[in-house]
Amino acid sequence: MSTQTEGQPPAEEATTEEQSDEPTGDRDPETDTTTYTLEVYRGDGEDGELVTYDVPIQAGMVLLDALHWIQANRQPDLAVRWNCKSGRCGSCSMEIDGMPSLSCMKRMSEYDADTPIRVTPMRAFPVVKDLVCDVSWNYEVNAEIEPFTPAPDADFTFYQPDVERSREFRRCIECFLCQDVCHVLREHDKKDAYAGPRYLVRSAGLHFHPEDTADRTEWMKEDAGVGYCNITHCCSDVCPEDIEITDNAIIPQKERVVDEYYDPLAQIKRKLSDVWS
Amino acid sequence: MSESIDTHELDVLVIGAGGAGLSAAISAAERDVSVGVVCKSLLGKAHTVMAEGGIAAALGNVAPADDWKSHFLDTMKGGWGLNDPRMAEIHAKESPERVRTLQEWGALFDRTDDGKISQRPFGGHRYDRLAHVGDRTGLEMIRTLQDKTVAEGIDVYQECTTTHLLLDGDQVAGALGVWRDDGSPILFRSKAVILATGGLGQCYRITSNSWEYTADGHAMALRAGAALVDMAFVQFHPTGMVWPKSVQGTLVTEGVRGEGGILLNSEDERFMFDYVPDAYEGSVAPTVEEADRWVAGDRDARPPPELLTRDVVARAILSEVSAGRGSPHGGVFLDIANQRSTEYIQEKLPAMVHQFRELAEIDITEDPMEVFPTCHYMMGGIRVDPETQETAVPGLYASGEVAGGLHGANRLGGNSLSDLLVFGNRAGHAAGDRAEGMDTFPPIDDEDVTNKLNSLEAPFEREDGTDPYALHAELQTVMEEYVGIMRDDDRLTTGIERLEDLAERAANTATDGSRAYNPGWEKCFAVRHLVEAGLAIAHAARERTESRGAHTRIDYPEPDEELERVEFAISLVGGEIDIAREAVPAPREELREMLQADTGEEETQ
Repeated sequence: MSTQTEGQPPAEEATTEEQSDEPTGDRDPETDTTTYTLEVYRGDGEDGELVTYDVPIQAGMVLLDALHWIQANRQPDLAVRWNCKSGRCGSCSMEIDGMPSLSCMKRMSEYDADTPIRVTPMRAFPVVKDLVCDVSWNYEVNAEIEPFTPAPDADFTFYQPDVERSREFRRCIECFLCQDVCHVLREHDKKDAYAGPRYLVRSAGLHFHPEDTADRTEWMKEDAGVGYCNITHCCSDVCPEDIEITDNAIIPQKERVVDEYYDPLAQIKRKLSDVWS
Repeated sequence: MSESIDTHELDVLVIGAGGAGLSAAISAAERDVSVGVVCKSLLGKAHTVMAEGGIAAALGNVAPADDWKSHFLDTMKGGWGLNDPRMAEIHAKESPERVRTLQEWGALFDRTDDGKISQRPFGGHRYDRLAHVGDRTGLEMIRTLQDKTVAEGIDVYQECTTTHLLLDGDQVAGALGVWRDDGSPILFRSKAVILATGGLGQCYRITSNSWEYTADGHAMALRAGAALVDMAFVQFHPTGMVWPKSVQGTLVTEGVRGEGGILLNSEDERFMFDYVPDAYEGSVAPTVEEADRWVAGDRDARPPPELLTRDVVARAILSEVSAGRGSPHGGVFLDIANQRSTEYIQEKLPAMVHQFRELAEIDITEDPMEVFPTCHYMMGGIRVDPETQETAVPGLYASGEVAGGLHGANRLGGNSLSDLLVFGNRAGHAAGDRAEGMDTFPPIDDEDVTNKLNSLEAPFEREDGTDPYALHAELQTVMEEYVGIMRDDDRLTTGIERLEDLAERAANTATDGSRAYNPGWEKCFAVRHLVEAGLAIAHAARERTESRGAHTRIDYPEPDEELERVEFAISLVGGEIDIAREAVPAPREELREMLQADTGEEETQ
């Protein structure tokens, strides 16, 4: 059933040995490092392979540090996105042993030094080069969402509990890991029909803003395709900000769509108002 | 040559998509002009996203006595009087309106009990002044500006690196860069260009700044004919993480101290009480008891010495560690666990709790953090007109961290986000006005474009060029050792020699691989910018024979009255660095009287 996203490399690749002068997993007491083996995807959307690198790792290093070591010492043109290196900006998203992750927040000590770690780009998006994907589709979806719309006479007096209702959703750092893991986008490539968890989080953040007046229900049903979500909670599981995406953002919006479009009383009301208008 | 390049005509081109760049773009788009923003990363990833504490603005929601005058005076005092007084005035007057505008665009600030924007205390601000969103103010700000930019239909050229400004005579005519995804060139023809490229923290090894902060704007402006001022003043934020080594330099927000966090040495002494400078004597709590009352909310008490300005706290930490009273990993302790309840810390500092838990396996609600100064911010930058943010190059504007003047010798926490909003807005309007008044685009010199493109390609052609990664690491070591926090003439002179050698090698870098998304190639141009900025810092620091604000000279440990109103302007003359000693603009009469009368103490509320 699994379909291949256009521009993505095939899942299985031949592995080439780049260099292996140190036995994996051994601790070098002089430099206080342990050697880990990384298998890193190198290539573009059409052609690529996993390349093996042995990397000396010091205590506290994260996976992104290992990639930076490879850039500085082995492969200067290795493409990786990153910025803040502290889990705030959501740039360094990739898949580590197949798990969508922020590489700056993955401590090497979480992994076994005796087993190679497989590092690949996000699978739901076309690869540009190495670990960098073309995520521009996300920005296109975002541009279609009706922006924050306060009432013309809004006076912006509201209270901390009003703020808290929206805050969880506004923590989103746009790492797109939820988009990557979502099977509607990842396996079924329904990018033409489903906006994905990130944008249901954004619309929830707007909806719960105490001064917002826009009604995005029709967008949610027709364009965002909220019905495609079948509540597997994968997005919530990978969210580095621990946003309860499925339970707190998607389900309430599914309910709003149901209330508006499928509730018998609401349907009668809408028909009557159509007749009278 | 230039016909074959991907060419875009934009009346106003904004380089950089942080708080300043997006503010500028939105304001420029209020005029009848086409506007585009170009940025090296994806939209929404700029360093503004990392800002934690808040936006300084005299809204007076928590402290009704606060007004622009107090904010102006605090900013001037924090900057040791070197600030451009007109910029400090504009900043203090306009930041409340910019914060309210951000709220109208959807930013959700924390609230007061009466439903207004809440404000928190911060170092050097005499009143509770920072509008904030927990400790994620920057994320809320960038997302709000990003959404507004998209809603206004402003073109965004993301993952596109600008490398050169293009001139027509002495006025700006556009910019040249490369698309990062495939390495192909892109040319912008523009009537006005706004530099909003941020800082240069990648000059230093221990820094809170990401890979993007490579002095691109500083270097491009210098080459175009603009001047840099106050370059001696690099802010080392007192509290960066020290362990694990891989996250050394990552910022720990001043909000931790604002919420009651205290600094301790290895002997469990609260050492900041010993480091109160004369200028602040009387405006901080002299005893733990009074400091505790302030933390508990008693605004008749004076704030704890941990909230002294960043230059003072950074030097104090350095002194303690040098004296052998440091923590196990070479910092000092920052403790909030014993000052506040677990619930309070989790509510007020959620990002810090998360950061330490994930990166250092430390629970800050239980245990102290270890901290040490980290390169954080450049006070100096491109000299601009305070009203319009125009540089010496007609049509070239600069706003945000890349511009100089507002912060003088030391920036107060919270004054950066407000700077971005206030002067981004002003630059956008001024650039929009200029572009509206021009009928045609200035011509582009094809030969100049060809030469610049050839220089970009050169690293692929060289056989025995310098490795840009090794060069960057060496630069960071040189800057740390010779142009770091503690400076003297010998070190700076050696530093300049080493930097001149690095500059030669930076012009001779080599890389391989394809043009597509090639960080090694990108580092070739970034490292040149960084070396040029490093030289500007070192020269300005050597000329400034005194200690003031963030600039500390071991051989001149005191401020020099002669230099109180002097700035050193650095420009390129015939390709060589020229340093001019100039007077800082004098404050107008009303401001001068305010400055003379100010005692720095709170008015009775």
